[in-house]
Order: sequence, then C-alpha cells, then structure tokens
Amino acid sequence: MLTSDPWLILLVVVPLMAAPLCVLLRHATAAWVVAISVSWLVFAIALKLLFQVLDQGEVFYRIGGWDAPWGIEYKLDTVGAFVVVIIATIGAVVMPYAKKSVENEVSKARIYLFYTMMLLCLSGLLGITVTGDAFNLFVFLEISSLSSYVLISLGRDRRALTAAYRYLIMGTIGATFYIIGVGLMYQVTGTLNIVDLSTIMPAVADTRTILAALAFLTVGISLKLALFPLHLWLPNAYTFAPSVVTAFLAATATKVSLYILLRIFFTVFGEVDIFATFPVQPLLIGMALAGMFLASLSAIWQENLKRMMAYSSVAQIGYMVLGVALATEAGLAGGIIHLFNHALVKGTAFLAIGAIVYCSGAVTLKDLHGIGKRMPLLMAAFIVAGLGLIGIPLTAGFVSKWQLVTATLEADMWPLAALILLSSLLAVIYVWRVFEVAYLRAPPPEAAPLKKLPLSMLVPTWALALASLYFGTHAAFTLDIAHTAARQLMGGM
Amino acid sequence: MIDFNDLLGLVNYWVVIVLMMSGFYVVIAQGNLIKKIVGLNIFQVSVFVFYISMGKIKDGSAPILDEAIEIYSNPLPHVLILTAIVVGVATTALALALVVRIHSAYGTIEEDEIQAIEHEEEDVSC
Repeated sequence: MLTSDPWLILLVVVPLMAAPLCVLLRHATAAWVVAISVSWLVFAIALKLLFQVLDQGEVFYRIGGWDAPWGIEYKLDTVGAFVVVIIATIGAVVMPYAKKSVENEVSKARIYLFYTMMLLCLSGLLGITVTGDAFNLFVFLEISSLSSYVLISLGRDRRALTAAYRYLIMGTIGATFYIIGVGLMYQVTGTLNIVDLSTIMPAVADTRTILAALAFLTVGISLKLALFPLHLWLPNAYTFAPSVVTAFLAATATKVSLYILLRIFFTVFGEVDIFATFPVQPLLIGMALAGMFLASLSAIWQENLKRMMAYSSVAQIGYMVLGVALATEAGLAGGIIHLFNHALVKGTAFLAIGAIVYCSGAVTLKDLHGIGKRMPLLMAAFIVAGLGLIGIPLTAGFVSKWQLVTATLEADMWPLAALILLSSLLAVIYVWRVFEVAYLRAPPPEAAPLKKLPLSMLVPTWALALASLYFGTHAAFTLDIAHTAARQLMGGM
Repeated sequence: MIDFNDLLGLVNYWVVIVLMMSGFYVVIAQGNLIKKIVGLNIFQVSVFVFYISMGKIKDGSAPILDEAIEIYSNPLPHVLILTAIVVGVATTALALALVVRIHSAYGTIEEDEIQAIEHEEEDVSC
C-alpha cells in the first residue's frame, strides 16, 4: 500500500543542501569529500527506495503535508525508482574518479565550484525523476540544465565555451517549450499534478489546445533528449566538457529526458490513446531510425574519440526512442532496459576515455596508436564498452537489443528488426576503428611516457565495465524491473 | 468572417504569439551572441505574458478573502511565472557570463567569425 516516505525528499534535498556547503568550504579536497559522501548516501537511499518500491509498490511524499493535487507531491513508481538508481549509481561511481581527473583538467581555483555544480546537477536530475508535479519538474529541469551548462564550460579547450553557449540556447528553448506545453494543459485542466492531469485528460484530449500542448511538450523534451535532428548541441558539448562531466551527463542527463517523455506519453496522456489519435508513432520511429543510422555514420568518420562516442550516444538514444514509439509493453521494456544498459556502457566508455586523456593527454585516434599495448587494462574496459555498444552476446547491450528486436517482431514490424541489426553493424565499424588503432598499430617509438594511471580512476571504470558484463549475463533482475515498469506505464498509473 | 471578439478579446494571446515568434526568430537568425540572448529573453517573456493572461478572469479581483469580492482571478499561474522569471534571470546571467568568457577567448562575439576560427583550429589539429 501507499506509504508516505521522507526518504524520497531527502534524495533531492541532501545534494541540494550540500551544494552551497561546497561553496562555503572554498576548498577543493573538502568539497570533494562532501560530494563523494553525498553521492554515496544518495546511492544508498536510491537502492533502499528501489527495493521498497519493488516490494510494496509506489512511494510518495507530500511537501508541507498538503494533499495532492493542491500541494506538490513526490512520487516514485517502478520506472522512476529504476531511473533514480541509474542516476545515483553513476553519481557514486563517477565521484571517486573525479578527484584526479578534475585536478588534471580544471583550474585549481575552480575545483570546489565544480563539485558544487555536480551536486546541483545530481539534485536536479533526481528531482525530475521523483516529482509528481509538472511545473516542479520544469524547475528541476532548469536546475540540472543550468548546472550542466556551467560544467561543460569548465572544459580546458576554449571551444567548451561555445559548446556550452549553444547548449544553453537550445536547452532553454527546449525547457521553454516544455512550460508552454504545461501552461496549455493547465489552461484546459486547471491542474499541474501529473496523476490529476492523467484523470482529466480523456475528457479534454480532443481540444486543439491539448494537441498544441502535446506538440510543444514533445519537441521541447526531444531537444533536451538530443533526439535526431535536435541533437546539434550534443557532440560538441560532450567533446569539450571535462571527462568526468561527459561521463556523468552521457549516462544520466539524456536518460532523464527520456524518462520525462515516458511520463508525458504514458502517464499524463496514459488514459488517452495518443498513438491512435495523433501521428506520434511514425514521426518518432522515423526520427529514431534517422538517428540510429545517420549518427552512427557520423561516428564512423570521427577522429576524436570523445566526439565519436557522442555521436554514438545520439544513435543509442534512437534505439531507446524506437522502443518507446512501439507503444507496446515489450517495446517500452526494451526502451527502459536500454536506458539502464546504455548508461553503464557509455559511462564505461567515457570514463575510459577520460583516463586515456589523463595519462597521455591525447584524445584523437592518430595520437593513440598502440595505446592498447601501453595501457592494456584500461583499453580492455573500453573494448568491453565497445562490444556493449554493438550488442555482442554476454554484454549488457545484447540484452537490450534482443529485447528491442523481440518487441519489433511481436509488433509485426520485422523491417524495424532488420534495421536495428543493420545499424548495429555500423557500430561494429567505429568500434573496430578504435580497436585497430589501439591494438594493431605499433606505438610510435618517440612516444612520450605515459602518466601513471591512478587506481581511483581505473577502479570506477572497471566497476561499470564489470556491471555491464554482469547485467549482460544475469539479465533477469533488470529485465524483470523493466517489464514491471513497462506494464505499469501501459496500464496507466 | 473574422469574429471581432477573436481579434480584440484575445489581444493578449495575439501579443504572446507575436512576441514568441519574433523572439524565436531572433534566436535563430541573429549571428551576434548578445542579440541571440535578447531574442531568447523576448521568447521567454512571451511565455510569462501567456501565463499571466490565463490566470486573469474578466472583472476578477485579487484573491483576497473578503465578502465584497465574488470573482477572483487565479493566482497560481502568476506565482508559477514568478519562478519562471527567476529561472529566466539566472539563465540570462549565465549566458552573459559565457559571452564574456567567449569574448576574451576568441576576441569576437559574432557566430560566423567564431566558427571560422574553430574550423581553422580543427584543420590544424587533424
């Protein structure tokens, strides 16, 4: 049964309060200690909540004791708890890694501000996931976005600044589209509570106002999600941000946007069959496919390893959206499980790249000849991630692609299944390019000696890599959660 | 025939649409980073006007509990938009700070000039 649970609000409040604490401390190591303790605390709370939700069903918390829909209600169901665990896991893994990497990439005077922004971003992302109020969601969306613009601009290269600026412009347009959508819905329904919205929606779904609202919401969130062709901000932002930021955002930010999309399509409009009423499905499938192919093709041509993985992210988002667009239980489960698996896989890839940057200072393929022989343990982790991106059996990527292919076959859309497999072949090409450079080329004889890789960077990278292998071979637990989450979403609340 | 009420009665919403589209256009079309921010602000302000308009009820008074008042305007959208205004100010401040940093790093705030510099850099590095 429903239980009111203060842990839910602590999930958001703890990192939110710790952020100004970091500013007051004004000390790099002290701020790091705060950040790492908070991220591990949040991780513990997230796990507790996940098992509680799996065990007893939804958890909620009413702010100020006001009953919904008047007060703001925080609410966690299976899909929410799953996404919270993903965010918290990545946060907890990335923080120990951050210390060395950030000292190397961010100027010393700004390090304590870096951790402030990381905590704010964490708090914003978690807030989006737990809130049950459409406007509150916007506020958290902006907290996480504003902090991620700052984080990206902290990159060493001056192009980080223009990347952050471009992301700011596009992100703000996306968020503003979102509030226009929420405003239009409020105009018709008079409520902002997501559950309340879903009960009123069937009565008003035919109005043009709601149609416009749905359009604004979809486009706005697709901008934040970097759904092709609205992904233009993503490649540069991921390429020039500090390595830790890239790993953190790639594994969490776009995933949370997908979560918002799920909430809108299947909770707010849960009682309305929008896929039958509006031509959402062909549109989403078209964009997802275009993303899968064109972004993968772009990835193949990249010389910069980070940019290659950034384009690969756009392609992987395509797979998730494809799952969602099928609007069947199996398809949704595929989208949700891919959200989890891709967070692990891409997190590993970007952490490994960050470690390469730390040791060699190089990130373009031509400077990485023979890197696999010089840093065997680290490159092995990257290759594990690469295999996961392709979807080789035994890796997490295989589980989600299998689920997606099964879902398309169940929905009688076998051409889509063929296209999923075909686009995976493109991933083979770009992963092979890295493999060839790293293992089959001789290291240049005059190569500068590598800096020693600290354990604090190697262990988190391998932790994620092993997790992706573990969930590739023991998929029952995550698949179960994904299916439960999908069933709940399909059945309304 | 165009209904007269549609034109005058909905004047706020016409203003919203005009502001929204002009702001959006400025963001897309302007190459100057500061002018882009101005456009973004106009775009956001249109949303503020939109929220404020929808809370207003004809002859509605401020929502103060008093026996003499029978029709109240809805205060919630007004309160919501206070939050959005704060968010907008924060966004503008951050954007301007970024432009200052871009100016000191590139020596220009024209998008095409920055892009030309970035292309040159990429040609050298490849």
